[in-house]
Amino acid sequence: MADDTPLLTLTGITKRFGEVVANRDVDFALRPGEVVGLLGENGAGKTTLMNIAFGLYRPDAGTIAVAGRPAVIGSTADAIALGIGMVHQHTHVVARHSVLENLMAGLAGRYGLIDHTAALARLAEIAAAYGLGLDPDRLVGDLAIGEKQRLDIIRALFRKARVLILDEPTSVLTPQETEGLFSAIKALKTDGVGVVYISHKLNEVRAITDRVVVMRRGAVVADAVNDGTLTNAGLAVLMCGHEPERITRTPHQTGAARLELAGLRLGRGTRPIDLKVQGGEIVGIAGVSGNGQVRFAEAIAGVTSPAAGTIRIDGKAVNAASPRRMQEAGLAYIPEDRLGAGLVGTLPVSDNMVLSRFGASPFAHFGWLDRKAMAAFAERQITDYDIRPPDAKLPIGLLSGGNQQKAIVARELALKPKVLIIAQPTRGLDVTAIAFVHRELMRLRAEGCAILLISDDLDEIFQLSDRIAVMYESAIVCAMAVEQATVAGIGLAMNGGAVEAPA
Amino acid sequence: MRITLEPRPPSRWREVLMPFAAIAASLVLCGLLIVIAGANPFQAFAIMGEAAFAGKFAITETVARAAPLVLTGLAALVALRTRFWNIGGEGQLLVGAMAAAWLGAREDIPVPLLVPAMLVGAALAGAALAAIPGLLKTRLKVDEVVSTLMLNFIVMYLMMALLSGPWKDPVTGWTDSPDILMDAEFPVFWAGTRLHLGVLVAVIAVIGIGIVLKRTSFGLAMKVVGENPKAAHHAGLDVGRITLFAVLLSGALAGLAGAGEVGGTQFQVIASISPGFGYAGLVVAMLARLSAVGVIPAAVFLAAITTGADEMSRQTGVPFFIADAVQGLSLIAVLVAMTLARYRIRWRPSPKREAAS
Repeated sequence: MADDTPLLTLTGITKRFGEVVANRDVDFALRPGEVVGLLGENGAGKTTLMNIAFGLYRPDAGTIAVAGRPAVIGSTADAIALGIGMVHQHTHVVARHSVLENLMAGLAGRYGLIDHTAALARLAEIAAAYGLGLDPDRLVGDLAIGEKQRLDIIRALFRKARVLILDEPTSVLTPQETEGLFSAIKALKTDGVGVVYISHKLNEVRAITDRVVVMRRGAVVADAVNDGTLTNAGLAVLMCGHEPERITRTPHQTGAARLELAGLRLGRGTRPIDLKVQGGEIVGIAGVSGNGQVRFAEAIAGVTSPAAGTIRIDGKAVNAASPRRMQEAGLAYIPEDRLGAGLVGTLPVSDNMVLSRFGASPFAHFGWLDRKAMAAFAERQITDYDIRPPDAKLPIGLLSGGNQQKAIVARELALKPKVLIIAQPTRGLDVTAIAFVHRELMRLRAEGCAILLISDDLDEIFQLSDRIAVMYESAIVCAMAVEQATVAGIGLAMNGGAVEAPA
Repeated sequence: MRITLEPRPPSRWREVLMPFAAIAASLVLCGLLIVIAGANPFQAFAIMGEAAFAGKFAITETVARAAPLVLTGLAALVALRTRFWNIGGEGQLLVGAMAAAWLGAREDIPVPLLVPAMLVGAALAGAALAAIPGLLKTRLKVDEVVSTLMLNFIVMYLMMALLSGPWKDPVTGWTDSPDILMDAEFPVFWAGTRLHLGVLVAVIAVIGIGIVLKRTSFGLAMKVVGENPKAAHHAGLDVGRITLFAVLLSGALAGLAGAGEVGGTQFQVIASISPGFGYAGLVVAMLARLSAVGVIPAAVFLAAITTGADEMSRQTGVPFFIADAVQGLSLIAVLVAMTLARYRIRWRPSPKREAAS
């Protein structure tokens, strides 16, 4: 591999969406055998830039060269033909087909025939070279999320990708699966494949990359060799332009159990869940996504009814609950699917701020809306929570993810909840917004609220929780104080492994 | 060539201009049809405009014709606010008309209560009919497009059975219902025209529905349910009940349109009592961009096309059915325009098929 011609060169890339400049005169190069970390807050333009390289968008200005030769990438088919592969945050696989069929979809061999033998041989080759093995006959629908992602990577290699773009690859992985991914990346490196690693997780980026490119507001603000001198704090400052705050969790006295779940079953045949959350306590629910976390949260919040079990708030059982009953009992729920379940994107911020209570005083009197009260309330929340842009009339769908989450947090905290369930509170948020959400959760904890924090970001769970419980196959498989928990132990339990620490 | 849709940034003026562009497009397309029919489209449209708007008689006639369209338009709009496609406005109008004709012919109702009884009875009948698909949808998740549409035919044939059975005129054998009582005929508030109580009811309904949608918590609840039922449920709103209420209100409005036709225009039920007012209501609602006030100009436009087409057909020989063509084309045009107001069409060259290497 003496040839040091960059595999991929982007020069002077500019891309606008309406008035928003997503990329501004960006230069980017990837050399053979190099892993480049692409960092930046949300909306910094990382994914846009890589989508341009993968043919999903056309740049408004700038040129692309592949292996030193100018290239026009008009579609993903062009990109794949040029040896560029991309693995998205959300996998695109056909669930009812086998692994092999998925790999071969869209590939036709000589005379349009599909050559199974050759495909199997190639699959075995990839497994041997990079440790990326998958049983070719398994149905994709049966694969775990980490395995689906592996399938996406194998598919890119199957099509002889020399450039592999990974967009937030570890957000759905357990620590063990992350290790596996990293060793595959190392094997790819020695083989001369170039990898672009997009992530928010600074530890991972420092661990696996050779070079780090930081973007802010559509432009590259730093391009540094990862020679061991980079620090998380330094990178965070580059990403958001200022020092982010650090959350410190001080141990404190917790009160009586405010939320009690007894024998809660999420479905027929799943194991019962018993869990208590005390006032002033944050219980973190770790788990690989897809293990019943959404159903768990929805069952407690009254959105769906559990198959069996009782839910008590402050000692009082709330049975046959609806979302309204649970709200009245003092529970607030912030779902992970913000725009899908938490907000009405086409309605203005002011309406969304009172979504669960515009039918009653002080926002309505005898069925008549009090628009003035609604507007005044929204204005106050916008100021208190620094929601931007500060316009209560703007449809909330036009706000950034971070500001949408701020709005939901503002809305739910205004109810002064006794119990808060918050799912994936910082997924997709940037450093500043994450700090805000974490600060609010700590404030609520100090005020004596019982908080159930569901997250697949283990760093977040360890940072905020007083106790950690692990959810696996729609049941809680272990629960322990954070001081007793280890990342390895929790990671094992997330995969269904045994746990030594006592519950 | 490959066609892709790219979202545009939202724009207020584009939304406002959209229905006008749609109407213009449908008129141009109909102009082509008129050319095919062998007439001069400019002359044809001029005759139509004149017949619909020139003089007191023409204008009031157009307005009277717009009244049922205003009500069926509101009916479609109210249900659509909760994303319920009520294609059953036609059937709901017919049961309203039958209820009004039945009540209006009863001698045992005190005279001052006759007209109110007809209005209330028609609204209840429409709401009761709408309750069937409403309950099917909210309780059993039965698709409302099919159930509301199919009920139209059931009601229509029930009406035909009534007209050729119990209601048949014993002397002449005509398939018309008995005339309503003189006292049941809707008062006309401008002598010499057909501006009857039904027109006033339509205007009041626009104001009432406009207030409900804008100023009441029920109106906002309907909107939340329609825009994002999942978020509505999470926020504690009873999605099923709100949808059902909207559907009942929708049926009642369509029923009132039937009462207006019986009490103010026909004074009996005839087989052709509705030339598709119920279906046209959907066009009205879309042209009005689901705004209550917008229903009035949209209904007047469609009414003018129908009155105008009559006269144009007589003078130029172009078939009257051009009115239906305008109506259908304007619905298609408005749907296209709604898409174009939000998305931009991009034509991309298809990726070069590379020879297998």
